[in-house]
Amino acid sequence: MIQGVQIDLISSERLERLTSMEKIRLILDDVMEGNIVILEKGLAPDEQSKLIEITMREITPEGFSGIEMETYPAREAGGFIGRFLGGKRTENRLTVIGPANQLKMLKKEKDLISAWVSSR
Amino acid sequence: MAFLVRTKRKISRFLKALFRKQSCRIGIYGPPNAGKTTLANRIVRDWTGDAVGPVSEVPHETRRVRRKENITITGNDGNTITIDIVDTPGVTTKIDYNDFMEYGMDKEEAVTRAREATEGVAEAMHWLREDIDGVIYMLDSTQDPFMQVNIMMVGIIESRRLPVIIVANKIDLPDASPQRIKSAFPQHPVVPISSLEGSNVEELYEKMTNYFG
Repeated sequence: MIQGVQIDLISSERLERLTSMEKIRLILDDVMEGNIVILEKGLAPDEQSKLIEITMREITPEGFSGIEMETYPAREAGGFIGRFLGGKRTENRLTVIGPANQLKMLKKEKDLISAWVSSR
Repeated sequence: MAFLVRTKRKISRFLKALFRKQSCRIGIYGPPNAGKTTLANRIVRDWTGDAVGPVSEVPHETRRVRRKENITITGNDGNTITIDIVDTPGVTTKIDYNDFMEYGMDKEEAVTRAREATEGVAEAMHWLREDIDGVIYMLDSTQDPFMQVNIMMVGIIESRRLPVIIVANKIDLPDASPQRIKSAFPQHPVVPISSLEGSNVEELYEKMTNYFG
């Protein structure tokens, strides 16, 4: 059997069908099993805030120690008319989330995320 | 012309005073060991002679949100603001008790500290969503400001439309680069200070009275 780490790539369509809590539970349950999760589109700021809060509640001394997470810098969405009508809106971008004790970010630039993953 | 400018300023101050909330809650947020409690202590000492809490080199010394009420700050320009200072635990996405054992703690003490720290971070996030009117986001200017937790936190604060002042702390250290912080967050005012030595805190007070008032 191949030894390694499972990587789950979750499409934006699938994420859009889920509520905030469903997204957070999906991510955390996956990451707590030792998997790496890649979201095609990242979480909204309010969802990120809840993800931090719920992650903290899941940490245990000999088990889960939290998450490592990286995303490209946000960029503004919509053209001039969109900004004029709806104000400033940022676009959530590809996001990598994994267990803090298995995923280590090596390098992050505006167009490159380089990470190192170890198996449990 | 000068008369018109003076009159406009007086009307503006009058309207601000009229519609201003009695007191607004300013949260000091940032990653662990950025100097949040050192700044909270300095602000509270400078304006009331009191203190908020203990500081330490060991991360997560502050593990409960602490609020100090009714602090009246006056800037060099004469503007005044009355605020509650809310000192919060350092925000992070990971806490491992083994990291505390490297500071000489035994396992039991380290596990307790880690558990309290996780509760503290969750509490700080809850405050940010429910009870904070403005934010001082504190960064250690010797560290990389592009850390994901900083990008996330500033994004969360922006999405809640809260006014934010970014403080580039520890400018007394040789590796400090407040310019790096300014380039990371060009959309917000950045004030370089040393909360330990008190250098440039007057600029922060002036910015607070203008920005949170």
